[in-house]
Parts: sequence; structure tokens; C-alpha cells
Amino acid sequence: MTEEGVAAMPPLLRIERASKHFPGVQALSDVDLELRHGEVLALVGENGAGKSTLMKLLAGIHRMDHGQIFVEGAAVTIENPWMAHELGISVIHQEFNLMSALTVAQNIYIGREPRAGGVFLAERELNRRARALFDRLGIELDVRREVGQLSVAEQQMVEIAKALSFDARVLVMDEPTAALNEAEVQVLFGMIEQFRTPTTGVIYISHRMEELRRITDRITVLRDGRYIDTRDTAGTSTQEIISLMVGRTVLDGSRPAASAAGRAEPVLRVAGLSTKPLLRDVSFELRKGEILGFAGLMGAGRTELARAIVGADPIDGGTIHVNGKRVTVRNPADAAHHGIGHLSEDRKRYGLLLDHDVRSNIVLPSLGGYANRFGVVRDKAGRATAGAMVRKLGIKTPSLRQSVRNLSGGNQQKIVIAKWLAKDSDILIFDEPTRGIDVGAKEEIYQLLNDLVGQGKSIIMISSELEEIMRMSHRVVVMCAGRITGILEGDQADQEAVMELATRFSTGAAGRDV
Amino acid sequence: MTSTKTPPREDSSEKSPGRIDIRAQLQQVLAFASLIILFVFFSLVNENFMAWSNVSGILLSTAVIGVLALGTTFVIITAGIDLSTGTGMTLCAVMTGVLLTNMELPLVVGVAGGIMTGALMGLINGFNVAVLQIPPFIATLAMMMVAQGLALVISGTRPIYFTDVDGFIGIALGELIPGLPNAVLVLFAMAVIGGVVLARTLLGRYAFAIGSNEEATGISGVKVRKWKILTYTFAGVFTGVAGVILAARLNSAQPALGLGYELQAIAAVVIGGTSLSGGRGSIVGTMIGALIMSVLTNGLRIMSIPQEWQTVVIGVVILIAVYADNLRRRKAA
Repeated sequence: MTEEGVAAMPPLLRIERASKHFPGVQALSDVDLELRHGEVLALVGENGAGKSTLMKLLAGIHRMDHGQIFVEGAAVTIENPWMAHELGISVIHQEFNLMSALTVAQNIYIGREPRAGGVFLAERELNRRARALFDRLGIELDVRREVGQLSVAEQQMVEIAKALSFDARVLVMDEPTAALNEAEVQVLFGMIEQFRTPTTGVIYISHRMEELRRITDRITVLRDGRYIDTRDTAGTSTQEIISLMVGRTVLDGSRPAASAAGRAEPVLRVAGLSTKPLLRDVSFELRKGEILGFAGLMGAGRTELARAIVGADPIDGGTIHVNGKRVTVRNPADAAHHGIGHLSEDRKRYGLLLDHDVRSNIVLPSLGGYANRFGVVRDKAGRATAGAMVRKLGIKTPSLRQSVRNLSGGNQQKIVIAKWLAKDSDILIFDEPTRGIDVGAKEEIYQLLNDLVGQGKSIIMISSELEEIMRMSHRVVVMCAGRITGILEGDQADQEAVMELATRFSTGAAGRDV
Repeated sequence: MTSTKTPPREDSSEKSPGRIDIRAQLQQVLAFASLIILFVFFSLVNENFMAWSNVSGILLSTAVIGVLALGTTFVIITAGIDLSTGTGMTLCAVMTGVLLTNMELPLVVGVAGGIMTGALMGLINGFNVAVLQIPPFIATLAMMMVAQGLALVISGTRPIYFTDVDGFIGIALGELIPGLPNAVLVLFAMAVIGGVVLARTLLGRYAFAIGSNEEATGISGVKVRKWKILTYTFAGVFTGVAGVILAARLNSAQPALGLGYELQAIAAVVIGGTSLSGGRGSIVGTMIGALIMSVLTNGLRIMSIPQEWQTVVIGVVILIAVYADNLRRRKAA
């Protein structure tokens, strides 16, 4: 995949056959990428396509298993963030790497502070340099303000200024507009144009098709950790890009019959739900015996929605009805009381007590039910329930006394499910139910979900795997930028339709309060 | 990363720097106001409170806790904690005692030895926290016990008296400035050193950076381990100085003393507005916090309130101070 014939001058940055393996995942396999001088290159792909991994290789946070990076034609290795800076590669992560207690200037020159002889810092010189930097960018920002007091957009400007201060040639930005409103996006694009010169280049990671049109010259598409194609932005339609992103994978035929839950009564009705930072007027119904899939790109607000429904995060407006009755959910205990169980996307952090055994994990939410009036827990009853759950869900564990840490991902997930079944939850919210689970175990989880709805439970399934959504859902809700952009009947939900809805807004701030 | 909900304001440089400064300093202003109010209150209750002899007594009783609190401020700003300062200080005092009485070495050597002992303990704390990745609470709890035990072992569980060491007691009770005990001068000198180091040197800058976002600080190319070790070592120097002052004031090294001082030092730091979650704190605040504690103790004593109740009051004051700080921060967020 070399183009020596064409290029008289080597490209600004070239990545050849980059591969990276994480336990359980081949994040990148033989990915190529070429950034030319003076261009803004878009890097697109679905969640898990490998964009972030590629970026972390450039930032020196991860090291590639094999492959080679070239800067201006010279082979380089990037072992740590410092080496990336030395090579003129600056990466702006979605999560900013800023110290909120330090000022703007202190953040920019952290680790490179000018000194006033000996150990003393030259604060005035520091501020002067930082001011010069912002002048160059044409931005007015008081460099003595604490970063913690800045808006997200301003913090991003600090990150960009920091990148500039390293005399960066390559600027890599991960979803830079995720938290910006339209006016702030304009400022950002202005800064990118300022940065772009015949000797520099920008790699711009985003999901938002319209933005790519406005700012990028070429688009490189990744899918499943592989390089797919690179196109000129001007000559390519959004549809083409989306089909490159999702590929033409054949779906498994075992989609559940939509009719099964077609006209059943709603068990959960959410109306006008809003939360301060993200969710805006979210309304939907979950019907009895239904799997309602929630699709969307990262940051669309699906996890936040689940957390708001179960009271893990405060809500600012909207109502929740369970079985026709209005309920107030202030915390997850309230939600559990109303029969809503929440299976977090990060089960190790929110779902399990890893060092405790299978039995204690399963009976934890329903523990109050096993205690007598003095608060003493009757172990035997709990043991019986846990044993029954282990048999029912086919949890593979040597005993009820086994630490959950030592079980496989699939079995851990089943234990989380068992927790909520033991609590008699009728509404189950699964956030990424098969994340980090191998293929065989996935099938078991799918089977289990189908069994559960067969028994009259109702399920909300948030998933970033489109195939999983297509295959399992009776209906599909698509979210983008904190809103629902469409609800599709199972048979209408194909990948293009979902991706179209998931990328509906060009900026994430649609409707954000300013 | 932050929950800042401020509207974008590229033009903010004109209108806001003053306001932001005040907000950042508010806890100190509040703490200072509380100190003044306490002072006025106790003066009204008892006219003897204002007498210089009483005021200089308050300052003298602040010296040891104050110096410990200054060192602890640095550690807490990195989001760490140091529980070893109380008994550590005692070990330093005992070391000074051994050097000056048993070995009969010159005064300077004894004092330096005590301070070095503190620095060495800090160095070990820092190594345990930064390199061995032992949580600061545990690492310094262990050091607290080790220091307590060593102080007893080295002294043979008996106090060491400095009656034969010329000039030692003068370190604390001499008066270079008439009417003001030297221990108070030492406290102010250490505060100035602490203030300059915190605001004007890399050590201070990186302490804030590490406490604010350790990972980001590392990614920015700062050698986080090295600076953490240095921070704990620097705090250890303060422990050593406190040990010497305490020994000089009592004219003896009391090996059974010390336990509990670390918590009072932490309380002073917290009352002064330094955040236990790191990234925020000041020397001025810590000094005010330490003074509030001694003014309270002294004032309540003058009001003839039994000592048992004095500690109750101080406990409640700590709760109020931290809660007020929480409220302020929530509002600011």
C-alpha cells in the first residue's frame, strides 16, 4: 500500500500496518493511514472501529504490537507522551488532560516552566508566553484564570494552545465538538484553520458527517480495527461513507417476531425526561414482553438516560410511569422498589462485588427480604435462592462460595442478571450486556434475554453493536446528542437507517442551554 | 472533566479576573473573618484575652501544630495525607536529645539531626506512596507506629532532659524580638518558606498539579513519582522543625508525647480551606486554621470551660468549616 510513484515528498505522517491486541480484542489489524501536508484528514468508524486505539498509539499511551510510524518519511517510535510531543505530534483527547487547579498558562507550560534562576518560577514570563500563544490564535482568554473555572469550549482552546506551544506539526483531535455548541464549533474550526499550514496537518476524529464536510479534505474509514478506504471528502456522499463504516454484513436471521409484543400495554413510560448537561425531552414507551433496543453513537446519551431512569443521576424534568402509575425515582433503591433493575455497562465497577462470592452477589439487592426483624440475615434462604438462580441461568461456577472475580465475563454478566431476577424486577435495563464477553457466551446471553421476555419481563437493551441491536430488538430507539431522533419498528431498522438517525445533528449542542 | 456551566465568554478577560480571584480566596476570607470574630468575642467576654501576654501565649501554643500543619498542607494538596507527623515529631525530638545529651554534640548538629530525621521519614513515606504505591493513609499510618515505637526504644521509654545543653531552650522560649518567643518566629519563618515554595517553585506547582489530576500531570511529562517523594520529604523537614521546637519548649524530649498532634495539624489544614481531595490549598489558610484552633482552645479555657468541652467545640468547628467549604464549592461549580 505504498504510493512511491505519486509522492515526490513523503507525507507528513504515515502509519503502516499498525496492529494492536488487547486481551480479548484485536483492536487494530494492519491499519494504514496517511496524513498529507496541510490537510485535515477525517478518521471515521463505528464505536470499536479502532479510532481511539490508533490515536493512543500516536499519543504514546499505547505501543503497537507491530507496524511502523513515519514522520516526514523517517521511521519513528513513540514510547511515551513526551516522545510524541518531541516529534511534533499533539493529541487532544476527549477527556482533557488539564489540571483544574492550575491557571491556563500553568497548564500549557506544565513540565516546561520558565525559571527565574535556580528553583524559582518566572510567573510573569510564563504568562507572557501564554498570552503570545493566544494572540497567535486570535483568541482572547485570560491566561491567569483557573482552568477549573473555564467552560468546556475554553478548556479545549487551552488544549489546542498547549499543542501549539509544542510547535506541533500533527494535531490529532478526538471528537472535539462533542460538548460544544454551534458558536463554539465555529471558533474551533477557526482555530483549526489557523493551525493548518503547508507544514502541518490535522487528524480529525468525529461521527458527525456535516462537520466532516465543513472542515476535512479527505476521510479515512476504519471498521472492526481494519483500514477500509480513504476518500476525498468533496467527491463522496454521506451515504457512501456510512455504508463504508457499517459494511455489508449479513444479519443473523433470528430476529424476534415484532408482533409478539406489538400491541402489549406499556410497562414503562418516560415522558419529557431531561437532565442538565445532556438529555433533552426524551419520551418513549417500553411494552410488556418487549426488547427495546437503544442505538446511538458514543456520547449520544443512552447510558445517561438509563442512569436517569433508575435515579443514579438527578433529573431536571419529565415523568416516569410504571404500569400506568406515576413514580418518583430519587435513587436506585426507589427504582428497584418499582421493579426496575439496572445492569450497568461497567459491571465490574457498578454491578458486582468482585471479591465476594456468587451467593452474596446474587442476594445483595434482595438482602432485606432474607433478614428477620432484628436485621439478622437468614443465610439458608439466600443460599436456596442463589442456588436456584445458578441452575436457572446456567451460571458455570464451582460453588456458591466462589469469588466472582474468578469467573468469566459471561458468567459474571449472568450473576448481575440473577441479582435483579432474585429481586423480582420486571423491567430490566441492560447497558451493553455483551461488552467484553466472548462469542459463545454472547449467544447464551441472547438466549437468556429472549427467555426473559418470553416470561413476561420487559427489557431495555443499550448496545453499541448494531448487529446486536438489529438481531435482538423488537423496536429500536435511536439517540443522538441527548435526544431521541427516531423509533424504528424492528423490521424497518437496518444499519443505514440507524446510522442516519444516529448522526442526525451536526453538532452535539442541539438545544443545549447557553 | 468539570461541570462548568458557564456560557462561552471569549471576552471574559475584561470583566472577570477580579471576581474569580475573590471566589478562589473566599474560604480564606471566611476563615480569617471567623478568626477575627472569635478574637473580638473572647475579648468582650474577658478583657485579659487581649493582653499581649495572652496573645503571645496563643501564638506560642500554635507554633508546634502550626509547623506540622504547614508541612501537612503540601502533602494534602497532592491529594495525600500524612498521619506520621505527630509521633514523627517526637522521634525527631528524641534524636535531637540523643545527639545533644548522650553524645554531647554541638547544638547545631543536634538540631540538624532532628530535622534530618524528619526529612528521612518523609523520604520513606514518599517512597512508599509514590514507588510502592501504598495508599498514603496506610503508608503514613505505618510510619506513625514505627516512629512511635522507635522514639520509645531509642529513649529507653524515659524522657530526655536538655538541662545541661546551653541555649537549647532558647530556640523556643528565647526572645530575639522582646515579648515574642522565638518559637513563634520559627513558625512565621517556616510559613514564609512554605508560602514561597508553594507559590513560586516547581515543587509547589507540581503538588497542585498532581493533586488536581495526577494522570494528566504524568502525561504532560512531569515525573510524578519524583515530585511526590520530594513533597513528602519537604513535609518531613517541617516535622523535624516541629520536633526541635517542642523539645526546646519542654526542655525535654517526651517519647510518649506526640500521638494526636497529626490529627490536629490535619484539622488546621482543613479549617484553612485546603481540600482533602487535593489540588486546592494555601499556606495562609493553614496558618489561619492553626490560629483558629489555638484561639478557640485558649478562649474557652479563659471562659473556664472544661477541657473536655473544648475538644467537643473544636470537633464541631471542623465539621462547620468543611461543610461551609462544600457549600461554597457546590455553588461555585
